[in-house]
Amino acid sequence: MAKKAMSDSPRIGVYVCKCGSNIGATVDCAAVAEYASTLPDVVHAVYQSYTCSEPGQEQIKKDIKEFNLNRIVVASCSPRLHEPTFRNCLKEGGLNPYLLEMANIREQCSWVHALEPEAATKKAKDLVRAAVARTSRLEEKTELEVPVNQSTLVIGGGVAGIQAALDLADAGHKVIIVEKNPSIGGIMAQLDKTYPTMDCSI
Amino acid sequence: MADAGRHPNITLLTMSEIKEITGFVGNFRVRVLKRARYVIEKECTACGECAKVCPVVVPDEFNMGLSTRRAIYSPFPQAVPAAYVVDINHCLGHNPIICGRCLEVCQRRCIDFSMNDEELTFEVGTIIVATGAQPIDPTHLDEYGYGRFENVLTSMELERLINAGGPTKGEVIRLSDHKRPQSVAFIQCVGSRSTHRGHPYCSNICCMNTIKSAIMLKEHYPEMEVKVFYIDIRAFGKGFEDLFRRSKALGVRYIRGLPGSIHENAETKDLILTVENTATNALEKHVAELVVLSIGLEPPEDIKVLQEMLALQRNADGFYLEAHPKLQPVDSASRGIFFAGCAEGPKDIKDSVTQASAAAARAMRLMAPGVIKVEALTAIVDESKCTACGLCARVCPYRAIVVDPKTKMPAKVTQAACAGCGNCAAECPQDAIEMSHFTDEQIESQIDAILAEDPMEKVLVFACNWCSYAGADYAGVSRLIYPATNRLIRTMCSARVSEKFVWRAFARGAPVVLVSGCHIGDCHYINANHWTKRRVERMWKKMERLGLRRERLGLEWVSAAEGMRFQQIMTEMERIRSTVTPEEVRRTMEILAQEKVTGGNQK
Ligand SMILES: Cc1cc2nc3c(=O)[nH]c(=O)nc-3n(C[C@H](O)[C@H](O)[C@H](O)COP(=O)(O)OP(=O)(O)OC[C@H]3O[C@@H](n4cnc5c(N)ncnc54)[C@H](O)[C@@H]3O)c2cc1C
Ligand code: SF4
Ligand code: SF4
Ligand code: SF4
Repeated sequence: MAKKAMSDSPRIGVYVCKCGSNIGATVDCAAVAEYASTLPDVVHAVYQSYTCSEPGQEQIKKDIKEFNLNRIVVASCSPRLHEPTFRNCLKEGGLNPYLLEMANIREQCSWVHALEPEAATKKAKDLVRAAVARTSRLEEKTELEVPVNQSTLVIGGGVAGIQAALDLADAGHKVIIVEKNPSIGGIMAQLDKTYPTMDCSI
Repeated sequence: MADAGRHPNITLLTMSEIKEITGFVGNFRVRVLKRARYVIEKECTACGECAKVCPVVVPDEFNMGLSTRRAIYSPFPQAVPAAYVVDINHCLGHNPIICGRCLEVCQRRCIDFSMNDEELTFEVGTIIVATGAQPIDPTHLDEYGYGRFENVLTSMELERLINAGGPTKGEVIRLSDHKRPQSVAFIQCVGSRSTHRGHPYCSNICCMNTIKSAIMLKEHYPEMEVKVFYIDIRAFGKGFEDLFRRSKALGVRYIRGLPGSIHENAETKDLILTVENTATNALEKHVAELVVLSIGLEPPEDIKVLQEMLALQRNADGFYLEAHPKLQPVDSASRGIFFAGCAEGPKDIKDSVTQASAAAARAMRLMAPGVIKVEALTAIVDESKCTACGLCARVCPYRAIVVDPKTKMPAKVTQAACAGCGNCAAECPQDAIEMSHFTDEQIESQIDAILAEDPMEKVLVFACNWCSYAGADYAGVSRLIYPATNRLIRTMCSARVSEKFVWRAFARGAPVVLVSGCHIGDCHYINANHWTKRRVERMWKKMERLGLRRERLGLEWVSAAEGMRFQQIMTEMERIRSTVTPEEVRRTMEILAQEKVTGGNQK
């Protein structure tokens, strides 16, 4: 098992994003950042207007060098949205992209607890605390590289399937269209004139 | 269409269905069943001699049953492939051959009744799902009398009547007397935009389709009276408003209000529409010689088969759910699988084609580098702890683990086959399996951190990446307000949640714990969530035995589209939390300390 990263003791940077007013209007981001700075292994914690923006990411990269950070927590939106962004940022900053954890304080906090700013701030602190605890235990990972087969399966031979197949085939990819009916064409084959051009469909 | 049929890079498999798809992005293995056509595709010249002699006459589905075809037939004149096909269910018999007249007349000898269904397997790197939609069948909307009154048609049927290649060669007639109607009434939104009948969504294409048909009728038959009954006319696209105006200039009348009922004049077979005109608030009666129901689009009947096979998700309307409604409109949540056309929601040809080109570009982008990076979230066995019991191999949905209990050969994980669900790690009684990036230690540190302060105030939630966590995000995007007591821990699959995690949470003072995942049947890891369910049920039994209230452990399925459901569940979990007293939690902690159930994955 890759226990490598565990050997150097964690030095975590925490970035609390206000997302303009999306988070900032509900969650007290300054308080969350200040709280984060008191957590074990955290050596640097700040809040920013937009962490995902160019300056936001540059700041992280700069701090990695300046504070010798080896792990990052971003408290912002859902990892389902921006995890790839910040993983890339870590990579550019010289860290393994898997040494990142995100605390979701927008979709799962500010946006759904807009009427309870205090409780939302408390929750944001909890989420950051959990993220920091997890981050201390993160390990470097290397992604597997697998070869990609160059052909595409198109399921359904209506106008959409046909168009997708032709685009791919013209670009040199092998395409297999699987159509359940005896002919391709889908609904469009049954139409005569079609809007908005009022011309023949087939 | 024809281009697709003759493109050297395109293989066309018609009369085919997907039987199985396994593997992962870049390396999908596909098994297809190709049904016998009984006509050799490459040989048939579509001369049609066979159909002339075939004695079997059945309604032609392509013409919506408005004409007939034979048991050996061509689906339609421009069909691709052009070859004829035997409708084996209606043919008088092929095994043994009962009639065989077609065989006799086919000069090219391309009819072959010994043909069998074929199974084909192949590998692909990407998949585009373009399974479209089906026109809504309005038979169950009885107030419009479709199926009862001969002169009530659907817009799809009108398409066939007005089509120069259709059963009437483009003559619009009434079915009751085969005469051209003098007045036609269109009724909009049939099967759409209704919360209690049909579907709640707008089908997108029906307003413009009616405007198109109305213009065509007026252009063919200027004297015909054409009325359109509607709720709103949605002519939002480029060039649409022009068409709308043109139809009005041609004399099409638009009346705001949908008929409450339609009656038939038994003698003339004319139709009497009773409608509250919402522009004038007057109750009006209109007579029409032909009524056209402007039907919407709905997901194909069999959509669930493919959805489950590919572990895709659908929204409340039943269409496929995209990875992100604005930023990834043609991606599915599964890498390497894309959507195009009506499969993702009702849309017109232009939008279908636009999406198709987008999907093709997304697929090309993924294939272009030739290699792809996959997250290293796999299972790793600690051979020194493994007793070769074989439980992990039994639960792995991908058969990625080999272990031989007889020879005591420790478990081995095939890294390329492991999808990283974590089901095996939750199952192993020896704690011998570690999940990369979702280790026991990492998850336990999150549990501990969340419960470190004011545990009594918290609802601890385990959420799977693909469905319930995404559902929580969706609640956020929709700004659905719920109590601020929940704290989510994300795992890739709900099956990663070891029983020991739940016991640990209770032992540290959690009043309630929720395990949540994809709906049964929608699991992103084939069927791993069945094991989630079994584990939670086992824990419920144990809780009862220990005298703990079992409702303190919740199990809920939330899809990525069910933001509202997530909101309701959080509200309900908060209600349960509020019934738990500090005394109850203290007792729980005592009981669990005695039981020592917080060690390994104890059963
Ligand atoms: C009455 C009517 C009139 C219309 N008029 C217009 C118009 O004038 N202008 C306009 O722009 N649009 C119009 N439309 C909309 C147009 O028909 C659609 O935009 C278009 O057909 C969508 O194409 P598609 O490829 O997404 O789906 P479809 O046309 O539905 O094609 C889907 C294909 O997939 C196949 N399939 C489905 N499931 C499977 C499976 N599991 N395995 C294998 N194959 C499968 C089907 O057999 C079918 O061939 C109209 C629609 C209707 C109903
Ligand atoms: S053998 Fe079947 S398909 Fe051929 S002519 Fe007879 S009934 Fe028709
Ligand atoms: S993590 Fe899931 S897919 Fe991988 S070996 Fe374990 S059970 Fe199988
Ligand atoms: S469940 Fe655990 S102990 Fe049993 S074979 Fe698998 S890894 Fe070994």
